Amino acid sequence: MVNTTGTLQFMGKPSIVSTGVIVGPMEKQSPFADSFDEILPLENEPNETYEQANTRYIEKACSVAVKKGHEKLENVDVFIGGDLINQLSPTNFAARQLSIPLLGVFSACASSMESIILGCLLLESGNAKSILAGASSHHPAVERQFRYPLEYGAQKPKTAQWTVTAAGFALLQKQAKSAPIISHATIGRVVDGKQTNPLHMGAAMAPAARDTIERHLTNTNSKMADYDIIMTGDLGKIGLSILKEMFQDEDSGVILQDAGAQFYGEDSFFNAGASGAGCSAAAFFSHIYGQLKKGVFSRVLLVATGALLSPLTFQQGETIPCIAHAIECRMEKRG
Amino acid sequence: MISSIITAFIVGGLICVIGQLLMDGFKLTPAHTLSTLVVCGAILDGFGLYEPLIDFAGAGATIPITSFGNSLTHGAMAEAEKHGFIGVLTGMFEVTSSGISSAILFGIIGAFIFQKKKTTY
Amino acid sequence: MDQKQFEKIVDEQNPKTPLLVNMLKAFLVGGIICTIGQLITFFYMRFFSFTEKTAAGPTVATMVFIAMILTGTGLYKKISQFGGAGSAVPVTGFGNAVISASMEHRTEGYVLGVGGNMFKLAGSVIVFGVLSAFIVALIKTILVKMGVISW
Repeated sequence: MVNTTGTLQFMGKPSIVSTGVIVGPMEKQSPFADSFDEILPLENEPNETYEQANTRYIEKACSVAVKKGHEKLENVDVFIGGDLINQLSPTNFAARQLSIPLLGVFSACASSMESIILGCLLLESGNAKSILAGASSHHPAVERQFRYPLEYGAQKPKTAQWTVTAAGFALLQKQAKSAPIISHATIGRVVDGKQTNPLHMGAAMAPAARDTIERHLTNTNSKMADYDIIMTGDLGKIGLSILKEMFQDEDSGVILQDAGAQFYGEDSFFNAGASGAGCSAAAFFSHIYGQLKKGVFSRVLLVATGALLSPLTFQQGETIPCIAHAIECRMEKRG
Repeated sequence: MISSIITAFIVGGLICVIGQLLMDGFKLTPAHTLSTLVVCGAILDGFGLYEPLIDFAGAGATIPITSFGNSLTHGAMAEAEKHGFIGVLTGMFEVTSSGISSAILFGIIGAFIFQKKKTTY
Repeated sequence: MDQKQFEKIVDEQNPKTPLLVNMLKAFLVGGIICTIGQLITFFYMRFFSFTEKTAAGPTVATMVFIAMILTGTGLYKKISQFGGAGSAVPVTGFGNAVISASMEHRTEGYVLGVGGNMFKLAGSVIVFGVLSAFIVALIKTILVKMGVISW
């Protein structure tokens, strides 16, 4: 049943009017590259810190989203954003520049969908007309905070993932013409698969993804086959295999896919694939959004996955609890 | 000279193989692995085994991080032989300064000269 | 699905670590770095009249200097991805740990950033080196004083 155990139904037809996706130079080789709005040549300018660069990517993505939606920044009611940096500094500093009322959110790499869910709730209640929602990540900034200095020679295992440098934001309004609608959403539950290896996040996040997908399907009375695609955020190649095994009773086939596993193509340099708050944001708001608008997809489930560890919890020997937030998008046939 | 190069290669390589085993087999982080090897170097010198290894393998024994543990212990014991218990504290860094001093110095210099570089992968 | 079933799936899907290949690569890279160290030692012995023992200091300093150049140009991490422990275990690895941390934290200034974070990766090596040296030397000194062994 909807409106129970975290599954929401939106009757007011909140829709994705337009999106803005700005990525860095490493993301140029992505199969999704044609759908990105801009590929910047540098991860950070010479006189910029990584965190300042992250801020700039957010500002740019928001400006692009608003412009494509034939809207002005000053008409946006609320800005909802998240990133991976301590205290959400890039989002906060970008919001300073954008000067829109801010709700900063953190659910690690699931932040993009958390932002969208909150935006839909604001639109649904009539408390806002125009929302900017999304998330971002920046590779060197995240490496520095969570792992090692960029130039440090630590050997990465095949299960490691590459944090994308990207910012993806969507402009949401009610009942926009010819725009994909967000019909339902499921708020994630924190699930702990008792994994402890921060270089194998896919295994840690799979249980959370499974929990959210199962709850969503049950509560909306749907099966996997009802969807054109169910795409998780960044389980990576190995995490996706684990999730598929966990669903082995249901035939997930080609419906169950992962943005992180596909993000960089088959290049083994990126090991298990892409990760980061910007991964789900960039893939969902460029490629999937495009396929919806074109009518290739008519019903999708987007499940962003996040690992809720910190550098401190790892050192303190804690396991890695995870969360997955999902939205269901539909594109109504014209005429 | 050729034989010294070969022994340096082999002994140095083998110590690194032990490190790889600790990292991959025992799943230790690099910091845990290096700390373990340093402690091993200290213990080996306690038994008087590391100096002969240096005589045999030259750079194959002085370049790996184990030699750091060895020099600290060696300095401590040499000073203790001369001045008793207090020498254990005072003697440690007498022969070891090169690695740490150069790391600190080149750390600062590196931070200064490599400021504007573009990140490459 | 219970925890045991899940762990089983994770185990099955886990790519096997190529331990033997990694050990071979570590042997090669570590061996080459030590060979370079040996050549540098010969260089100091030949041209600057150091002995084998006294050349160790300048050799180590030179190796750390090389580590700085390789770290700053982004080459060290490429060597490390291949060599693993072969590049982490030699003193160049220690240099890389200190220098990469220094470079990264320049954005926080030289005092708090560079100075305060320089040893965040390599500090444990120094701490445990000193601790183990202390314990070993102490034990030996006690045994000597008791007449059990001699220096």
